[in-house]
Amino acid sequence: MKFSVKVTLKNDVLDPQGKVIKQTLQNMGINTLKSVRQGKFFEIEIDENNEVKAKNKIEDMCKKLLVNLIIEDFEIYKI
Amino acid sequence: MNSSVIVFPGSNCDRDIAVALEKLQFRNKMVWHKDVDLPKSDLIVVPGGFSYGDYLRSGAIAAKSNILNEVIKAANNGCLILGICNGFQILTETGLLGGVLLRNKNLKFISKDVYVKVINTENRFCNKYKKDQILQLNIAHNEGNYFTNKEHLKELEDKNLIAFKYSDENGNLNEENNPNGSLNNIAGIFNSKKNILGMMPHPERTIDQVTSNVDGVNLFTSLLS
Repeated sequence: MKFSVKVTLKNDVLDPQGKVIKQTLQNMGINTLKSVRQGKFFEIEIDENNEVKAKNKIEDMCKKLLVNLIIEDFEIYKI
Repeated sequence: MNSSVIVFPGSNCDRDIAVALEKLQFRNKMVWHKDVDLPKSDLIVVPGGFSYGDYLRSGAIAAKSNILNEVIKAANNGCLILGICNGFQILTETGLLGGVLLRNKNLKFISKDVYVKVINTENRFCNKYKKDQILQLNIAHNEGNYFTNKEHLKELEDKNLIAFKYSDENGNLNEENNPNGSLNNIAGIFNSKKNILGMMPHPERTIDQVTSNVDGVNLFTSLLS
């Protein structure tokens, strides 16, 4: 079973990389650009048959290692 | 006093801190990250470097290594723990210290001498310094931008758990002398029991008049007293 995990910085956390990317895109002439936030993406394959159980395990992985909950939020999707 | 320095793949300040500890009469042992037993230690140092190549987040992988379980147990039993630079990042990732070190505000690796102000001297690490003393210490990091939530920041300020703040040479705290964008110019913090200190500057680099000033010496002599 395969899942993807999207990790994003919480709204109140400054994202200097996103800021520089936004600036660069604007310099490239994209005038309608409003904001850019940079995040992380994981693809995880797990040997489970039960989707709920598998999702719980992925959530556990996120909380214990993949995500720092002080600064990041995450969302899990089945793929 | 017995000390242990934890070594990860990618640690690069482990020898420097060992030299500093031995010069100041600690009986020091190096401990590899895969070890499951800690030597008897009064002080455990988690050194600077780029443990595991900074993969995932700085310090995140090291925080889950075998030996860190032992460090966490020792810390909870009151052992003195010092995390320097990447060591500070690792301690925040374990949860032994609150908050997190984000990418420097200017997105650049910063390697330079900076001024820091000693904020709290009533603890095992800083008792040989004077309150508000200004030290010149070296920083060398890409992720030193201290961030935490409002409640924890208030706790740090109210309970006097901030060890050092970035300042100018006269002790003024302002954004101009905040090299990496840290909240409230924070350069080092304690846990609530003050047996754990995490700091971004490298005191082990300023222990010998031949190569630098000696502003780092008193951190180690404080521990011995």
